[in-house]
Amino acid sequence: MKKTHVKTNDVIFQPVTKVVAFIIIIYSLHLFFSGHYTPGGGFIGGLMTAAAFVLLLLAFDVKTVEKTLNVDYIKMTATGLLIAVLTGLGSFFYNVPFLTQTFSYVDIPLLGKTALATAVLFDLGVYLVVIGVTMTIIQTIGETE
Amino acid sequence: MFKLVMTISLIIVAISTLLYVYRLVKGPSTPDRVIALDAIGINLIAITAIISVVLNTSAFVEVILLLGILAFIGTVAFSKYLEKGEIIENDRDQ
Repeated sequence: MKKTHVKTNDVIFQPVTKVVAFIIIIYSLHLFFSGHYTPGGGFIGGLMTAAAFVLLLLAFDVKTVEKTLNVDYIKMTATGLLIAVLTGLGSFFYNVPFLTQTFSYVDIPLLGKTALATAVLFDLGVYLVVIGVTMTIIQTIGETE
Repeated sequence: MFKLVMTISLIIVAISTLLYVYRLVKGPSTPDRVIALDAIGINLIAITAIISVVLNTSAFVEVILLLGILAFIGTVAFSKYLEKGEIIENDRDQ
């Protein structure tokens, strides 16, 4: 790669990134939690969170983002897989087949009557795996000189 | 009447997208092509919005914001490659 040794000053790009990254992360959380009744879910939510991280990588450099976020993406992938398997194994305690999902209505203060489904926990595993795999691929490619 | 207006605007946006595709193919320099791609992304957002009005559904509303974010990140990555030669830097203070 050609390297120019001119110091650049991204005086518009970096402040815009600081605002837009938060909007993208909030949007990805909205996509993740709305996956049960409207379009969305763990996969596209994870991809959008990874997109916010990629925008941070574009505006700053790999070392700064690693210092700021401080997450090990390979461990994140492992945690996601573990959560997905454990929600499947949890069905064995109730004498039902593997990966059986259930839901119930719970009265939560502030939110009122809310349907809590165990499928969200499985989706959380998918979410973490998608972020971990995407960021591992992008960071491994970006780090090599 | 309403459907006619929607169809006419859809045709106009489609023609404008075709003209951007001409600029994408013909464009003498790479920045021309990058800007044409960005504008095609914005036109795609318009097409999605019009089609979701025609089909009378709100299921595509999330796609609109998604396309906006992806077009922004893609354009920024392209322009950073054109300016610096690398997209993700390892350490800026070198």
